[in-house]
Amino acid sequence: MASTVVHDQVAARPPSAPSRVWRVVEANARVYKRVWRGSVASTFLIPLLYLAAMGMGLGTLVDDTGTGDLDGLRYIEFLAPGLMAAAAMQTGAGEGSFVVFAGIKWRRTYHAILSTPVTVPELVLGHLGWAGIRVLMTTGAFAVVSVVLGVLSPVQALAAVLPATVTGIAFTAGVTAYSSNLDDDQGLPALFRFGIVPMFLFSGTFFPVSQLPDWIEPLAAVTPLWHGVELSRAWAFGTAPAWPVVLHVGVLVLVLVMGTFLAFRTFATKLQP
Amino acid sequence: MSPSTDSGPAGSGALVEARGLTKRFGDFTAVDGIDFEVQPGESFGFLGPNGAGKSSIMRMIAAVSPVTEGNLTVLGMSPASDGPAIRARLGVCPQEDSLDQELSVEENLLVYGRYFNMPRDVIRKRTTDLLEFVQLHERAKDTVEPLSGGMKRRLTIARSLINDPDLLLLDEPTTGLDPQARHVLWDRLYRLKQQGVTLLLTTHYMDEAEQLCDRLVVVDRGTIVAAGSPRDLIAEHSSREVLELRFAEDDVAGAIPQLQQLGDRIEELPDRILVYTADADAASSVVYDTGMRPTAVVTRRSTLEDVFLRLTGRQLVD
Repeated sequence: MASTVVHDQVAARPPSAPSRVWRVVEANARVYKRVWRGSVASTFLIPLLYLAAMGMGLGTLVDDTGTGDLDGLRYIEFLAPGLMAAAAMQTGAGEGSFVVFAGIKWRRTYHAILSTPVTVPELVLGHLGWAGIRVLMTTGAFAVVSVVLGVLSPVQALAAVLPATVTGIAFTAGVTAYSSNLDDDQGLPALFRFGIVPMFLFSGTFFPVSQLPDWIEPLAAVTPLWHGVELSRAWAFGTAPAWPVVLHVGVLVLVLVMGTFLAFRTFATKLQP
Repeated sequence: MSPSTDSGPAGSGALVEARGLTKRFGDFTAVDGIDFEVQPGESFGFLGPNGAGKSSIMRMIAAVSPVTEGNLTVLGMSPASDGPAIRARLGVCPQEDSLDQELSVEENLLVYGRYFNMPRDVIRKRTTDLLEFVQLHERAKDTVEPLSGGMKRRLTIARSLINDPDLLLLDEPTTGLDPQARHVLWDRLYRLKQQGVTLLLTTHYMDEAEQLCDRLVVVDRGTIVAAGSPRDLIAEHSSREVLELRFAEDDVAGAIPQLQQLGDRIEELPDRILVYTADADAASSVVYDTGMRPTAVVTRRSTLEDVFLRLTGRQLVD
């Protein structure tokens, strides 16, 4: 009988924990393979559009007439590393929001994964690992475009990639913890409207936070993105960031670690009640 | 790992053994101290209405929901400490679809098999067999999204078999499917049973339980109210046959005292009256002979639905 489906010789050695984390990354990559063409194109297009419009267009005005202090940088130079961190944040937040909500509620794929030997922490870490790869695609594309446009040297671009990428992954972790705790999807657009977009605009990406009214300035300084922007810019140009490096790094790592552990907890609550 | 022939605790040989199994969510007790065991090769069912606690039981067995109280052993291991090792040997077909809609039919099996650490070529070979078994081999390259509900459920069953599980868990396998799709699915599950797969399923359909289960427990409000084979349960808790009568609204009250003489007992449902009797046709003749004028008469054999009604005073499907 052709349709005998049991007692084949199936290799059933249970996988180890690290290999299970890797399986989650692998599965994400397989889904991405179906959409990569469109995704990669926009990954390169976004930095090109922003650097052209803001850097070259607006930047010419700023450089000709500006009186603000940009640490002696041209506007487009000031812009590029910070924008790289901000783009990393957007990719990172995207990977931590709709993807996670779909896995838990819309498509329930996370329920399916947890029916296999994979555990909650392994699922979260695999998810973060894949998000890290996606963020690296964003920051890498940004670096390439910056170099091609002559804004940054290859060394400067590479120096900005590391802090920008860590910023993106930290956002994935924090946003994953947030999204996994939502009961309905209203909280997702709200996150972007009231969190991600204001951060994108006011965290020192397009202008130094010192330009903000004095009472808002400290607020901008506590956003995780500001720390990523400061680090990326400082590392690209070898200048000193606003705070000691260890504090900037500390804030990003704190967001990453806390987000990860909170996600462990909310995933367990929502997926394994 | 130990082979699939290993025994449960104390050498009982049971694949699943529960003692005083309890699940609470806050103040709500979903599963209230139940005992049961599932033997290798049998097809075991939890029959009960929605909200009876069946899914909570299933999720504890599947090692994705912590046991609040009591003992639970699955494949000789404890879900609390051996979750990954237990899940490596289970097949799970959940109530709600959880397929990856963005992937093709065969990719869904490939990705899932990888979580079990199966080599790609083994998965590919097995995918061919499984898709043929669930009659989806012609859709192997198609994406999942446009598939019908019945096809998605069959794909989910194929996916749950990818790791050649020792125990297949099916939570409400045909809920939400049209009658034809249900019959196709029952046929496939029946074949699995024939091949010696141990099935553990929940259902609120008595016909499903009768078709598929060698043995079942009737679950109501988190407790087990009866256990046995479908045939034994019917013999024990119901009459052999049932006479179903519908009356015009004005005639109901007058008919009841006479009907009570007719069989072992009667049940009044909102839309009809059930008379439990050994011989429904004979009882039907008496109804007409005594001048009652029912608007509709059905004679049938007793089912698990009647057992449930008898035990709980309520119907399985409202």
